[in-house]
Order: sequence, then structure tokens, then C-alpha cells
Amino acid sequence: MKVLMFGWEFPPHILGGLGTASYGITKGLSLQPDMDITFCLPRPWGDEDKSFMNIIGMSETPIVWRDVSYDYVKQRLEGKMAPEQYFALRDNIYADFTYRLTDDLGCIQFSGKYPDNLQDEINNYSIVAGVIARQQDFDLIHAHDWLTYPAGIHAKNVSGRPLVIHVHATDFDRSRGNVNPTVYGIEKDGMDHADCIMCVSELTRQTVINHYHQDPAKCIAMHNAVYPLSQEVQDIVKERRPFRERREKVVTFLGRITMQKGPEYFVEAAALVLKRTRNIRFCMAGSGDMMNDMIELAAARGIADRFHFPGFMKGKQVYEAFRDSDVYVMPSVSEPFGISPLEAMQCGVPSIISKQSGCAEILDKCIKTDYWDIDAMADAMYALCTNDAYHEYLADEGRKEVDQITWQKVGERIRRCYDQVINR
Amino acid sequence: MKTVCLYFEIHQNIHLKRYRFFDIGTDHYYYDDYENERSITETAEKSYVPALEALIDMAKKHPGYFKCAISLSGTAIELLESYAPQVLELLGELNDTGCVEFLAEPYSHGFSSLKNPDYFREEVSRLCKKVKALFGQTPKVFRNSCLVYDDEIGETVASMGFKGMLAEGAKHVLGWKSPHFVYNCCRNPKLKLLLRDHALSEDISFRFNDSSWSEYPLFADTYASWISELPEEDQVINIFMELCALGIFQPLSSNILEFMKALPKQLKQRGITFSTPSEICAKVKSSGDLVVEYPTSWVDEECDMSPWLGNQMQREACEKLYSITERVRAIRDRRLQQDFDYLQASNNLRFMSTKPSSYGGYRGIYDSPYDAFTNYMNILGDFTARVNNLYPDMDNEEINALTTTIANMERELELKDKELQKLRATLARQNGTALQPEAEPAKPKAAPKKAKPATKKATTAAKPKKAATAKAKKPQGKAKAATAKA
Repeated sequence: MKVLMFGWEFPPHILGGLGTASYGITKGLSLQPDMDITFCLPRPWGDEDKSFMNIIGMSETPIVWRDVSYDYVKQRLEGKMAPEQYFALRDNIYADFTYRLTDDLGCIQFSGKYPDNLQDEINNYSIVAGVIARQQDFDLIHAHDWLTYPAGIHAKNVSGRPLVIHVHATDFDRSRGNVNPTVYGIEKDGMDHADCIMCVSELTRQTVINHYHQDPAKCIAMHNAVYPLSQEVQDIVKERRPFRERREKVVTFLGRITMQKGPEYFVEAAALVLKRTRNIRFCMAGSGDMMNDMIELAAARGIADRFHFPGFMKGKQVYEAFRDSDVYVMPSVSEPFGISPLEAMQCGVPSIISKQSGCAEILDKCIKTDYWDIDAMADAMYALCTNDAYHEYLADEGRKEVDQITWQKVGERIRRCYDQVINR
Repeated sequence: MKTVCLYFEIHQNIHLKRYRFFDIGTDHYYYDDYENERSITETAEKSYVPALEALIDMAKKHPGYFKCAISLSGTAIELLESYAPQVLELLGELNDTGCVEFLAEPYSHGFSSLKNPDYFREEVSRLCKKVKALFGQTPKVFRNSCLVYDDEIGETVASMGFKGMLAEGAKHVLGWKSPHFVYNCCRNPKLKLLLRDHALSEDISFRFNDSSWSEYPLFADTYASWISELPEEDQVINIFMELCALGIFQPLSSNILEFMKALPKQLKQRGITFSTPSEICAKVKSSGDLVVEYPTSWVDEECDMSPWLGNQMQREACEKLYSITERVRAIRDRRLQQDFDYLQASNNLRFMSTKPSSYGGYRGIYDSPYDAFTNYMNILGDFTARVNNLYPDMDNEEINALTTTIANMERELELKDKELQKLRATLARQNGTALQPEAEPAKPKAAPKKAKPATKKATTAAKPKKAATAKAKKPQGKAKAATAKA
């Protein structure tokens, strides 16, 4: 089975959970021997793991015919795309796009991030997708997140192949209900055209059904998973001192400091905990538009001496933070899935998560509270920091539980959906 | 001839309220009064009242034939006294028909039997007194909380003078043996064991209303014929359940009470009798030792401690709770004692179970085992602090040492008293005069009376060892003097 996938991020250059999830899904699917995946990225860096799939860079796909020599292309696209692929794509240019800003190879340059002219990038992405859809041969289209829905629709219209869209988040999660009409329009359009909608949790599925008015029969909850820790990460985590010996406990929040993640509830709960005890420190890692407000709030509550903001973390730093943490908290107001508690639990850090997050649906060995219930959250933090046996139990059992949640199983479930969609 | 032993347990725990860690040290009231009132009135209305009325009805219809046994936990009695006294009245009425035997159990419905035998004895005798005051019966047969039994508990119970004890007919303990015989404790053959028939009991208490069960709907004649079709040698069929099985686990709409009411007649027709546990202990001979190394219980398929002590959190909570037993005993403060009783109830531990339970898994106000654990530990934290604050400068070992010396002294005193009485008796016999025996009985009574307040002082004040021993020794000296005079 050949699948054409559209995505926006891919490790190692990631900005949020989308890249991690895209990697997991493709890797999980690629374990099936007859699976052939082509993954389209706006701007590959060249250091992505291509061992289990093909990557086509949108930035290397021509939409305007340029008369260039084989050697020139080879030298220009070194490590990114084979010249044969370039010429094959060039043969499938389907309209006159000379009015668009293109480079010497007839390609549009993408930032691969989330720039201010995101609307333009999405549109360009969809134009380029038309070329790829005409050149490639595939059985099914799989589009990740709303940025790539227009491209998916385009590919569907060109090829007549079924479209599967993967809802990693909706604008209702990002905005606490005040949706951006343009974004909503793109999302709704994608869902209307899709043959199957995979949602990362039942929570998201309900949003899709109720707010985007989709047929429940074509919406499926497809929970995410985690990848086993690499040796390098395991070595980092191993350096952790046993819980009983740590005199000062650290409670960590890790994520974008934005409205969606509920950082203020974390600060308020921390203030409650610190009213009783002093040997606990709080760490709010990440960055975001609410960071300054949170610094002010921590100061206003008089806990700034025990409340730390180490800033944005990536790669190994994340695991170093987990190593030094005793409790992980994710008080998200609305979280479509939330992979980070799973990662924390992999490292043996007990997690407190809000009931309003998607991962709460598949996790049992963690503490769940309502995001607004700061009393319950503070109570749970305190109990985990002061009770050794309780901490040990949740650390061990949590690790065991998360080890059972693998991308391979998710891949198998996705495959079953693919088969159903194709044979419909 | 076969005989059926019906036994019902009445237990409701005192519900703990939502208690955050910032309440520690400021709020010493731990109970959810609303929930307590609501749950006990609901249970009384839906289950206890109609079920007891049915039992009274059965007793009146079959006077002298129908018999059953009932036990109440101390917390249940307290709840019934304050919120549903009509249940106690019905129990009294049932008692008046003479068909019911009341059994003993630990007051708190906790696991002191596993953790602290001394406290366990005290608890049981407290409940016996309460039962005596309420119903005028002194329990002769014992049942432990959740039917927990092992050899050690059996030994303790035997030493307390009970003739029999109820236990679970757990498959892993019985092996090829049948629960339809009377066994005895392997460490003390005087204690007879009545083993619950797991299947026949749960047919009523858990499967009766289950429409997916192959035997659904179950009628009294079928049930009676199952019992009569058992092999001829099987003598005793023990059917034990909670009283709320009639009405709560099996709703009244399932006609469970009609089933129960029809049962005596059906059994009578088949020549099967009813007996109370102490009748069985008196009549039936034991068919051998039963070795139970690890505690068994009547819950779930495994019949072990896993619903209460299955995970690390539960063991931790239980350990922490019983680690202060000696202090609580030594303090003899009524409020602390009461809180300790309520905190021990097995239900508190069961709420923390992470076991995928076969019977629903009711969690009270908690939405997860972790929630139950944190709440309980917060309360326990406050309670421990209160207990420790009374003697802040003493550590547990010191207290333990003191209490053991006091216990030893008491035992010694008892022995001395007995010796004294013996000597007196021989003296009296030797003298053979009529005057002396009249004067004598006053003295031996006086001696232990004097001894008691002294030991009490020693415990309450808990002064260093020497002082305690010195005080305890004094009355001994007096007693000796008395003997010498006599």
C-alpha cells in the first residue's frame, strides 16, 4: 500500500507535538512490510531519518518550468532530492505560476515554521501538492493537521484517491472557544472533504462531531503513543538520585506557556503547596505569550524564590529536566492529546494531568484532576512529594503502563482504518 | 442430616470527607456527615428494614426451625443508633423470636488482627460489651472483618475463649477438601472453623439478579434441591453474606426477599435444618486441622488480602496507621480512640485498590485510588500529629517498651492473684472453720482493685520504667502481706 502523507514538522527540527506525532505514526506504519510512505514536508533540513520512508521537500518541488541542467540540479539539491525526482516533478507542472515568487529552480521557498504569513504558506503548500499528487502514484492520502488539509483536498481532487485527515488539534483547543473564523473555515473544509477523520482522542473526536458537525461514523479516535527511550536518554535518566535521598523535591510544568496549557493554575497550586512546606521547588519550563504574566503572578503570590522559569527546552534538555523532576504536572485547559506526560512517565516521573486532556483517556497510573481544581492539584503534588511509597508506586506502575503504549500498535490500528477506507 | 447456617453481616463505614493537606493541623474533624446520613438511611430503607422484616416473618412462620446469625461492626452500630434506630429495634424484635445468634467481630472493622493482637483483643471485647448491652447475648462465636483468617488469628481468637470462628472456604486453602465440614484451627483444636460455601453464598449475594447467569432466574426450590443433592456426608452448608446483599446488591425488585421467604419451606420439605454457628460448634465434630498460612478473606475470586493490601499505597497506609496503635492505646483519650476506630475501617483501604475488581469497584467520594490515598494520608497525617503531640519527647520504641512492661506486670499480677486464691482456698479447707470463709472473700477482691488504679496511673502518666514498676510492685507487696496475715 502506498500512502502520500502531508505534514508540517518532522524531527529533529520540531516546534511542538505535531512533529513527534508525525514521526511516530510514520515509523509505526512503516513496520508493516507492504507499507510505502511518501512524506511531504514544507522544508526538509536534510538530516531527517529517511530510512523508512521517502521525503519530498515542498521547497524543492518546481511549480514553474525552468530550463536547468542535470549537474546544476544535482549540485543545488545535494542531500535533499535526487535530480531524477526533480525532473519527474517538473514534468507534472499543471498551470502557469510564473506570477508567483519562485527561485532559480522554479520552487517556492517555505519557512517550515509558523510565520505571520501562514495563510500564504498554506496556499503555496497546496499549489505544490498539486504537482506532487500528479507525479506520485499512491492509494491513499493522509494529511496531518489543518495546515495541510487544503493540500490533501487538492491531491484528492487530482487523483481521486480517498483522503484521511489526522486531527492533532482543533482551533477550539488553541483558543479556549474563541475560534479564528479563517482557521475554522480551513479545518471544516478539510473535514467535509475527508473520507475518514482520525482524532487523537475521544475528546477531540467529540469536538469534531459537535463543533464541526461531522458524521460520527467517519470520526475515529486514534490515540498517540510514545517511542521507547533511546540509550542516550536512558543514560541521562539513570543519573537521577533515588527519590528518598532527594531532600528538595522539584515539581515541573513543561510546555508552551499559553492559555491552552493552563499555566496560571499551576502557579496557584504551587502557592498553596508552598504555604505548608518549603522544601519543594517549582519549575515552569517553556516559553509563550503568557510567560511574563506568570512571572508576575508568581511574584504577586510571594513564591518567586521557589518558582523558576528556565525557558524553552529542546532535545536532551527535556530529558534532563525530567531527570531532575519528582512530579510532572500538565494542567491543560484543553489538550487534544498531550504526549509530554507519557514521556515524563517513561522517565519514571509520576504525572498529574487534567481530566480535560486526551491522554487521560488511555492513562490509569497517574493522577487526574480538573484543570480548575487547584486544591486537588496542590493536594496531589504535596502527597507525591511527601510520601515515598506513593511516589515509588506511581513511578514504577506508570513506567510499566506507558511501555505498553507503542506506535506499532497505533500503526496497526491506522492500517485497519486505511483498509476500510480503500475498500469502501 | 444436612444443616444450613445462614449468617448476615451488618457493616457500614464512617465516610471520610474531602480533606486537603492544608487542612492538616487546623481541622480535626474528618467525617462527611451528609454522606454518612445519606448512605445509612438509604441502606436502611432499601435493605436492612425490609430484609430484617422478612427474617422476622420467616422466624414467626417457622418457630424453632428457622435460625440465623448476625454480626454488627461497631461503626455500623453507631451509625444505626444516630440515623436509623428503627433497624436496631427490628434487630431487637428478631432477637426476641430467639432465632438469631449474634457473633463477635472487631469494633472498627479493621485489620488489627493482622497487625496488633493486643489491640485486637481489646477491640473485640469492646464490641462484645456493646452487643451484650443491646441484645443481652454474649457472643460465643467470632467472625473477623471481611472474614479474614489465618493460623495466627485463629490462635488469638481461641485464646480469647471463643468456641468457633467463621472463615472463607477458599479453594487454595481447602484444595480437595470440602467446605461442608467443620474444621479446627491447626494451632488450637478447641477453635472450630465454619467455612463459607463460596458458590452457594454468591449465587444469592452476587448472581441472583444477573440475567446473563445460566441459572437465572433462580427459585427457592432449585436452590434447595442443589443443597439436598450434595453428597450424604456433607453436613454443614454455610451461607454467609452481607445483609445489604438483600436489597442493595440484589435490588428488591429482583424479588430476592420472596426467594428468601420461600427458602425455609423448601429446605424443610427436603429434610434440611437450620442451625446457628454455636449450635454447629457444639454438635458437629471437627474433621481435622486446617492450615492457613496466609490470610484469606471472602472478597473476590482470589479470596486473599489483595482488595485491601494489594498495592504499595494500601500497604503503606495500613502500616502507617497501625504504627501508632500503642500510642493511641496508651493515651486513652476518647476522641482519639474514636477517630482511630473510624480510620481503621477496611473500606478506607479498599477505596485505594487498583485491582480490576469483579464487583464494580465502588469508591465513595473518590474518583480514583490515588485520590483516595492522598485524602486518607492527609487525614492520617493530622491524626498522627495529634497523637504524637501528646507525648512529643517520647519515641515509639520507648512507648512500646513501657507498654510491654505494663502488660507483663498485669499478667504477673493476675497470676499472683490466682495463686493467692488457691492458697486461700487450701487454707480455708485446712482450717475448716465457718467464720473465716465469710471474712476471706472480701480480701482477694480488694487486692486486684487496688492494683488496677495503680497500673492505670502508670499507663496514663507513662513515666519512666522504674517508676511504673515501682508503683506496680506496691500492691503486690500488699497482697503478699495479706496472704501472710491470712
